[in-house]
Amino acid sequence: MPSWPEKREYIGSHAKRIDAPAKVTGAAKYPSDVQPEGWLYGMIYRSKWPKAKIVKIDLEKAKAVPGIKAAVFAPRFDQPDQTSRYYGEELAAIAGTTKQACLDALRLIQVEVKEMPFVVREEDAKEDTSPRVWDDQPNLSKPRLKENGDVDKAFSECDAVVEGFYTTPVQLHHPLETHGNTVSAGGDEITIWPSTQHVVGARNDLAGHLNVPQSKVHAICEFMGGGFGSKFGLGAEGGIAARLSQAAKAPVKLMLTRFDEALAVGNRPSSFQKIKLGAKSDGKLHAFELDSYGTAGYGSGGASGGGSASPDFPAPYIYKVPNTRVKQSTVVVNAGVARAFRAPGHPTASFGMESIMDELAVKMNIDPVELRIKNDPSEVRRKEYTVGAERFGWKEKYKKPGSSVGPVKTGIGCAGATWGGGGRGTKAEALVNPDGSFEIRCCTQDLGTGSKTVIALIAADLLGLKPEQITVKVGDTRYPPSGGSGGSTTTASVAPAIYDVCTKALAELQKQSGVEDARGANWAGACKKLGITPLTVNGQWQEGLSSSGAGGVQFAEVEVDTETGFTKVKKIVCVQDGGLIVSKLTCESQVNGGILMGIGYALYEERVMDKTSGVVLNPNFETYKLLGLSDAPEIDIVLLDMPERGVIGIGEPVTIPTAAAVANAVANALGVRVNSLPITPQRVLDAVGKLKNIVPAAAA
Amino acid sequence: MSESKPKDSFSVSRRFFLKSFGASAAVAATAQVEAVAAELEKVNAEKVHGPGTVPVTLQVNGKPLKLDLEPRVTLLEALRNHSNLTGAKEVCDRGTCGACTVLLDDKPIYSCSKLAIDSQGAKITTVEGLAKDGKLSPIQQAFIDQDALMCGFCTPGFIMSVTALLKQNPRPTADQIKHACSGNLCRCGTYPRVLQAALKAAGAPIANNKTEVISYAKLA
Repeated sequence: MPSWPEKREYIGSHAKRIDAPAKVTGAAKYPSDVQPEGWLYGMIYRSKWPKAKIVKIDLEKAKAVPGIKAAVFAPRFDQPDQTSRYYGEELAAIAGTTKQACLDALRLIQVEVKEMPFVVREEDAKEDTSPRVWDDQPNLSKPRLKENGDVDKAFSECDAVVEGFYTTPVQLHHPLETHGNTVSAGGDEITIWPSTQHVVGARNDLAGHLNVPQSKVHAICEFMGGGFGSKFGLGAEGGIAARLSQAAKAPVKLMLTRFDEALAVGNRPSSFQKIKLGAKSDGKLHAFELDSYGTAGYGSGGASGGGSASPDFPAPYIYKVPNTRVKQSTVVVNAGVARAFRAPGHPTASFGMESIMDELAVKMNIDPVELRIKNDPSEVRRKEYTVGAERFGWKEKYKKPGSSVGPVKTGIGCAGATWGGGGRGTKAEALVNPDGSFEIRCCTQDLGTGSKTVIALIAADLLGLKPEQITVKVGDTRYPPSGGSGGSTTTASVAPAIYDVCTKALAELQKQSGVEDARGANWAGACKKLGITPLTVNGQWQEGLSSSGAGGVQFAEVEVDTETGFTKVKKIVCVQDGGLIVSKLTCESQVNGGILMGIGYALYEERVMDKTSGVVLNPNFETYKLLGLSDAPEIDIVLLDMPERGVIGIGEPVTIPTAAAVANAVANALGVRVNSLPITPQRVLDAVGKLKNIVPAAAA
Repeated sequence: MSESKPKDSFSVSRRFFLKSFGASAAVAATAQVEAVAAELEKVNAEKVHGPGTVPVTLQVNGKPLKLDLEPRVTLLEALRNHSNLTGAKEVCDRGTCGACTVLLDDKPIYSCSKLAIDSQGAKITTVEGLAKDGKLSPIQQAFIDQDALMCGFCTPGFIMSVTALLKQNPRPTADQIKHACSGNLCRCGTYPRVLQAALKAAGAPIANNKTEVISYAKLA
């Protein structure tokens, strides 16, 4: 069984990110930056109706605009009388020599429609009297029921029972590089530069769209500007770009607008969770009941690449309760469909469950950390609570809910999380050159998580070289394949393949050169003995170097201004198990990022649908709030070192418990709970009773 | 060639346009809307640019960049789509995210919200123009050292905002850095390290990384 070296110089170090220089100089070319010869600008014409029969689309006037080289229908809409089911659905597209020509042409596309009744809000859609999104089925699905034990009897045996209703919003991914591709499909050689989380998948998707052999398609994505789960499949926009490129016989760059991002390329499903939780007098959980629904848009969200995007979530999340009844339903609305979003289901599950846990702690007069240690089945997390509570100063800081004096209240809260991670299947190739240069090729992708750096650090340690001596090539389907970067699986699937290929390259070099130990100082001399022919070696993922299952806990400290309703997160302490940390520097950056995204979910982010017009009301960064530099709290990270478990993956677990911990801290500060995310000033003021008779209460 | 001429002539024409509009509006108090439009067209016939392309010369990173652009083309598009300077990114295209930040006479601007023809005569600096003779600027180096980037898409914008700040205020406080970067958004969550990088580039002491790695095997 292979094992990671005991002596690790670069693995686990703060060695710098190897592609950082390209990113700070503007040299890094993203899919939206590439400029193949003769490239055209592509734009999509989207439905302006929440639901409509698209009788006819007339592209002729658009085609006549000077500079326009192609105009095509979106798949399905080349046939008359198709139904469009949300505002923003792709109907047609154009390609032209300039953005201006495209803007002019878009205005000249004429569409004949029959508008149809629609519904965009979950609360409305689930009522039988509302318009149906699909004619042949009700908007609200039959509940999926899972039952363990005699739940009704179990509740009657409980010494304390709490109930609550919690809601979470539809959250938008909003990667800074919008979804899109540059595609050259005008000739025999087909090349795509996709902004993607799965380069091999993008290649396969495009071949499918164009009905050509996969071997004819070359996909390249060396850099990409964020995905967070929403960039697995090529999407409608990818197929449309290919159609345009074929029609225009020229490369087409079709990147979505920020406006489009809010409509059509995924989101985190909403949730409406009715929860009942009961415990015995010793604080042990005994009975749990959940009745929830949520929307993944006009579809189920289940079929999205890279993980489930269904509104279902694990319940009672990380806890083991002997008697449980879980009922979950999906409600469809006339809105864009969900896609996997960083730790699908988990932040939603964590918010509901950890909120009711704190309600129980208050009711039973038990310290929230103690209640969790008492009930958490994971030994790792129980230890993390102990470590984290001490580092955070939980005992000194904890006050009874609502006992903070003055208009600006302080409060603290905590929450836990679990995630799978792990991964397998990656292949890699190494090239040892006679001049001593060393190159690794692997068609994984670096989303900014640091996978290129991970590869370099592992190779450096195994070969006794410095990371800067390793050339890392990723994101090209001409290299050996790797899976998609989702589920926090990239490092765990790539690292063992790099281990394998480096170990084999070293053995082969030693054999061919006759040098007994070709590492470090002997490397160059051994390579020279190769003569003129470089050595190539293939490797693949091996058992025993990675595993799955990561537990983490977080503690939050907040200030809530009861006069303005504004919540400020002061500090987060994160204790996370990540197995063997390969790149400590990029790992820390990921932890920061997960926490900050979690704060966004807690306080700022929410897609708002207009009931009357059926449109997304906040399709831009003025009104869809992302957190800024000034909103970032102090972040204190503790990583549990478990090298014997191998590589696991950390990108997702760290974003899960943040919102729940923040919400619990707000409840601790106020003495009343804000049951809905995001915790906006309006909701805070409403919770403390300051909005009565001023404006209607915030929508639940 | 004169760098300032195009800008001056265009500024004049804009002022003249506005002045003419005022005069025209007074004259047209009783006239038909079409008549106003016709008169405006006549008054401004020689000053209006476009709708076709016009020659535009931009001074980017110390070099002239000669382009033929429609007057409605933004500076960001001119850089990204009409030349190969793709360091400035298009993220929102409406002045909210800062990814397209460039310096115009050392002041940070959103290049998506400035017309290219209106940027003539000014000294434009993009992220590609910061390194001198292959040597990174101290700010770029600090971003690498502190890992103040992940996917890197917001990074050029942040670097330009911090560059502009340090030109004006070489020793800013943390609050001043937060203020200077308040027009830049990041989705990966690099903010804490952007702050560290900016402080480091300014020569200010920065808190050492507090991250602790605890051996699980040794926990009780």
